[in-house]
Amino acid sequence: MKKQIPLIITFIAGMVMILQFFIPHRPFSDLQQLFNTWFLIITVFAMILGLGNLFKVHTKRLQRRPKGWWYSIVLLAGFAIMFIVGMIWGPARGTPFDYLFWNVHLPMSSMMFALLAFFVASASYRAFRARTPEATLLLVSAILVMIGRVPLGNYIWDKLPLIGDWIMSYPNMAGQRAIMIGIALGIVSTSLRIILGIERTYLSGK
Amino acid sequence: MNIVDHLEKLDRRIIFLLVLLAVIIPLLLPIGFEIKVSEPVQKFYEAIEALPPGSKVLISSEYDPATMPEVYPMNQALAQHCFKKDLRIIGMGLWPQGIPLNQASMEQAAEEYGKEYGVDYVNLGYKAGGIVVISAAAENMPNTFPLDYAGRPIEEFEIMEGIRNFDNIDLIVSLSAGDPGVRHWVMIAQGRYGKKVAGGVTAVSAPAFYPYLNAGQLEGLMGGMKGAAEYETLLEASGTASRGMDAQSIAHGLIIFLILFANLFYLLGKRRKK
Repeated sequence: MKKQIPLIITFIAGMVMILQFFIPHRPFSDLQQLFNTWFLIITVFAMILGLGNLFKVHTKRLQRRPKGWWYSIVLLAGFAIMFIVGMIWGPARGTPFDYLFWNVHLPMSSMMFALLAFFVASASYRAFRARTPEATLLLVSAILVMIGRVPLGNYIWDKLPLIGDWIMSYPNMAGQRAIMIGIALGIVSTSLRIILGIERTYLSGK
Repeated sequence: MNIVDHLEKLDRRIIFLLVLLAVIIPLLLPIGFEIKVSEPVQKFYEAIEALPPGSKVLISSEYDPATMPEVYPMNQALAQHCFKKDLRIIGMGLWPQGIPLNQASMEQAAEEYGKEYGVDYVNLGYKAGGIVVISAAAENMPNTFPLDYAGRPIEEFEIMEGIRNFDNIDLIVSLSAGDPGVRHWVMIAQGRYGKKVAGGVTAVSAPAFYPYLNAGQLEGLMGGMKGAAEYETLLEASGTASRGMDAQSIAHGLIIFLILFANLFYLLGKRRKK
C-alpha cells in the first residue's frame, strides 16, 4: 500500500492532465484548475521546506565550525534581516525591504555576474584552441557571431552582421530544433513511464 | 620558457586589466557606433505598434539583478513604448527578483507619460509555480493573482475590470533570463491558448529561441543588450543599452583578439615542437 497509493495518485493526476489537454471541457477543465491550485499550494510549501533546510544546514555549520563557517553567519543574518523586514513592511516600493533590495542585494548580485566578463575573457584565452577541425569550425563561427552581433562588426565590414545572422538563423536553428525535439521526446517517454508506474525511482530512490 | 610559451600562458591579471580598460574607456569616452536594427527586434516593435490604444499588454519579468544590464533596458524601453502608444500594462513575474525591477521600469515610464498606477498599469507580483502559474492565469487571472505585488486586492484597480483570463490580454511579453521564462510562455500561452507572445532574453540564451521565432510562435525577440539597444534606437530614445553598446563592442573585439592571439602562439608552439 505504501507504494500503490502514490502510484494510483500519480496515474490519476497524469491522466487527468493529459485528458484535459485534448478535452478542454467539464469535468476535465475544472479538474485542471483544481490541480493547478493544489500544485501552487504545494510549491509554496516546497519553498518553505527549502528555506527550512537552508536554515538547518547553516545552523549545523555554526555548531560544527568547519572551514569558512563564518560565511554561514553572513547567510543567516542576510536571511533573517530580509525575512523580518519583508514580513513587517512588505515588498512595496519605498519600504525598507525595497531599500535593501536596491541598495544591498542588487549591487552585490550584479557585481557577482559582472565578474564573469573577466573570467570568460581569461578562460577563452586559455581554452579556446583550434586543436581539431571541429574546434576550428566552432571557433570561427563563435568569432563571426560575436563580432557580427555588436555594432563594431558593422563598422569593420557591413556584411559581418549578415554572416552572424545567417549562422544564427540556419546552422544554429537546425541544431536547436534537433535538441528541442530530442528533449521533448525524452520528456514524453519519461512522463509516460512515470504515469504508468514503470518508472518508480521517485518513490524510494531505488 | 621562451617568449611563445610565455605569451601562450599570459598572466590572467593582464587579461583582467585589458577587459577593465575595454569596458571603462568606451563608457567614459563614447564612440557612438551606429546601431542597426535586426529583424527579430523590428518584429517585436511592430507587434506593439499594431496594438490599438487601450490594449492590454502583460509583461512578465523573469530576470534578476545579475542579468539586469541586459534585460532591464528592455523592460524600460518596452514600458516607454506601451505608454507612448496609450497601452495598458499588467505586470507580473515568475522570478521574485524581477518584480521590483518591472515595477521600477513601469513607474519610470509612467512618470514620463503621466500614467497612473491601477488605471494604466498594475503589478500583480510574483507567484511560485513556474509553468503552472501561466496555465492557472490563462484560465482564471483573478483567482491566480487575487492581490497585487504590495498585497492590495486587484478589484480595487480599474485596469483589472473585465479581466478574467488570457482572452482579455492582447499581447504577452516575457522578459526572461532562464527558466521559467519565454519557453514556458510559448508552450502554454501561445501553444495552448493561441495568444501572441513576444520575448526578451539574455544574449547567451537568444540562439535557443530562433526556432520559435521562425515558426511564428514568437511575435518578436530581443536578445541581450544589443536587442535592447536596437529597441531604444527604434524608439529614438537613448537608454542604458545604447550607451553600453560601445563598451560591449570593444569588449567583444578584445576577446576575439585574445582568442586569435592565443591561437597564433598555440600554432607557433605546435610547429616548433614538431
